[in-house]
Amino acid sequence: MLGRTTAAIVLGLGMAWGSAAIAQDTVKVGVILPYSGPFADAANQLQAGIDLYLATHGNEVAGKTIEIIKRDTGGPAADVAQRLAQELVVRDGVDILAGFALTPEALGAAPVAQEAQKLMVVMNAATSVVTEQSDYIVRTSVTIPQLNYALGQWAHEEAGIKEAYTLVSDYGPGHDAESSFSRGFTEVGGTILGSDRTPVDNPDFSAYVQRVRDANPEAVYIFVPGGAQPAAIGRALVDRGLAPPDTAIFAQGELTHPEALESMGEDARGIITTFHYTLERDDPLNNEYVAGYTAANNGREPDLFSIGGYDGMHLIFETLKATNGDTSGDALVEAAKGMAWESPRGPMSIDPETRDVIQTVYIREVQEVDGELENVIIHEIPEVKDPLH
Amino acid sequence: MRVPEPAPKSLSPRDWMKRQSRWSVYELIAWAAAITPFFLFPTYLPLANQIAIAALFALSVDLILGYAGIVTLGHAMFFGLGAYFAGIISVHGWGEPITGLLMAGTFAGLVGFVSSFLITRVQHLALIMVTLGLGYLTLELANAMSWLTGGTDGLRGMNRWPIFDTFRFDLWGYTAYSYSLVVLFICFLLSRRLVNSSFGLALRGVRENIKRMPAIGSDHKWHLRKIYTISAAMAGLAGALTAQTTNVVGMDALSFQRSADVVVMLILGGTGRLYGAILGAFIYFVARDQLAGINPQYWYFGIGVLLMLVVLFMPKGILGFLAGLVERRGK
Repeated sequence: MLGRTTAAIVLGLGMAWGSAAIAQDTVKVGVILPYSGPFADAANQLQAGIDLYLATHGNEVAGKTIEIIKRDTGGPAADVAQRLAQELVVRDGVDILAGFALTPEALGAAPVAQEAQKLMVVMNAATSVVTEQSDYIVRTSVTIPQLNYALGQWAHEEAGIKEAYTLVSDYGPGHDAESSFSRGFTEVGGTILGSDRTPVDNPDFSAYVQRVRDANPEAVYIFVPGGAQPAAIGRALVDRGLAPPDTAIFAQGELTHPEALESMGEDARGIITTFHYTLERDDPLNNEYVAGYTAANNGREPDLFSIGGYDGMHLIFETLKATNGDTSGDALVEAAKGMAWESPRGPMSIDPETRDVIQTVYIREVQEVDGELENVIIHEIPEVKDPLH
Repeated sequence: MRVPEPAPKSLSPRDWMKRQSRWSVYELIAWAAAITPFFLFPTYLPLANQIAIAALFALSVDLILGYAGIVTLGHAMFFGLGAYFAGIISVHGWGEPITGLLMAGTFAGLVGFVSSFLITRVQHLALIMVTLGLGYLTLELANAMSWLTGGTDGLRGMNRWPIFDTFRFDLWGYTAYSYSLVVLFICFLLSRRLVNSSFGLALRGVRENIKRMPAIGSDHKWHLRKIYTISAAMAGLAGALTAQTTNVVGMDALSFQRSADVVVMLILGGTGRLYGAILGAFIYFVARDQLAGINPQYWYFGIGVLLMLVVLFMPKGILGFLAGLVERRGK
């Protein structure tokens, strides 16, 4: 009995040493994402972005091989994300934590990154506070306030809208979008006539849209989650006569993503959205990225998750180059601060103070191009920071 | 039906009940196994911690589902209330874990007591719907009160203090697992005492035939209220443990998924047996950990297959099946 226990201990320790020895020339990146459950599609798009970067840039950098270890949270479960992060650090010996499609996942893993002093690359989670949870967090996606605050300012200053109404889904991202749009809009002199919130799983918007109609605003700002809702709200707005050019419709970019545009059809014409990534943007880097992505994913087009994963890998590669393969969290974060590069989305950089992303925000309008509706960039706002930090 | 074996003539009822509550060698082995992760698998301590917490939660559901026959699909309500209570008081300046844990358990128990009046009014399908409805209402409440709970982003800014001012919650999970294991063990002892008492027998009576209990003069509604309150408090403790050992609370603590998963664990392990809850939680998490390690996308397929196999070939759960084997060999 004693012999067997000893053997087990020795075996266990041996495995631990073994993995430490391999870690010499590989850099392990633990990717935490909701691979299963209702957010699996987002995770797969993000993973496809990571895979594309590895496929086009090889998996060797600064003399080391990048090894990806995937872990599934199954959804916005902070405690699971934390356990997975802990296990990745103590059991798998990862050097970098990455992924995080949802804010609770990032919040769960943040204390682990802080205590273990590992670089943590947030590739999506878009709530402002995420980067404040640890000194080792760097974000390569976007924040909701960044997009909507800029849109609010633009709507008054450039588009000349004086009065607007907001209608958002009643959940965290919706609240953030509402408050940041309103803040940007009112700070430069606009007036918010009213704000309403709809349930997250709302099949019918007619009653809400009627209230907006009664207020007769110049513009309506809407925020709904993807799926069936963009088509439903688009229909309700057109039915009540709230449509461009009489009334301006503002929203965040997911609303008119190509797949959503298909389901909205003609109702989408003229909607103005704010986003950090525009699939249709004509730019050599973007065209190459979109072509590579669609070829690798059976024709599926990249979205905001894909670009977050792609640029996240870029950041990991470049910081490793800068530190010459040193994987300590402090060295990597230092290297990431202030790093700037040309991404398929356009120019972007990491804020040296907040470690959050600084990037161009595109204002787009749904217009007909060659017989099809698509997002056409009508204005660019360069170097936008998150306004809440 | 799991009717307890009839008492042999030579034994008085009191002696029979004493015999039922005697510790068997299997139990000692099980608890000895629970401390092996400290020595043999120190890198699995975070998983062990989550298993201990899930086992406590499953235990609380087993008390009402397995012993009293209250089928619930909304018990995550109490888990989440405990988690949010422990989280919110630590955000507002009280981070002492043990008192926080006890307060969270008491709070969940109080809510459980109030809702038990509703629970005992209905049975069967209506009961499932009521538990489900209460669960959804609590979830929506937490979403609406995002100024307090943090909404979908989760509760932020928790500040837990070290246990007894000495044991910090470390990255490896030594403190977390020790803490959860001790709480699980204490709750297990209480449950064990409970189900082996005359109160426990009365509960089994309610489960087997709710109409006959009033006929023999037993106040079955009061029994059900008591066990529901105890179970709610225990679920609250499990939630509070999650909040304290991970330092985060998300809306998923209240989700239907959590209520359903715990029933899956119970079915895997075997309902109406305290160790069934623990074994079920262990099998569920180890299977999940291993399957998700192989394929992070489709691991739930494996859980589904496992569940079907257990339901088809071991209707009393894995523990019930094993106990049957041991009994057959004994004869």
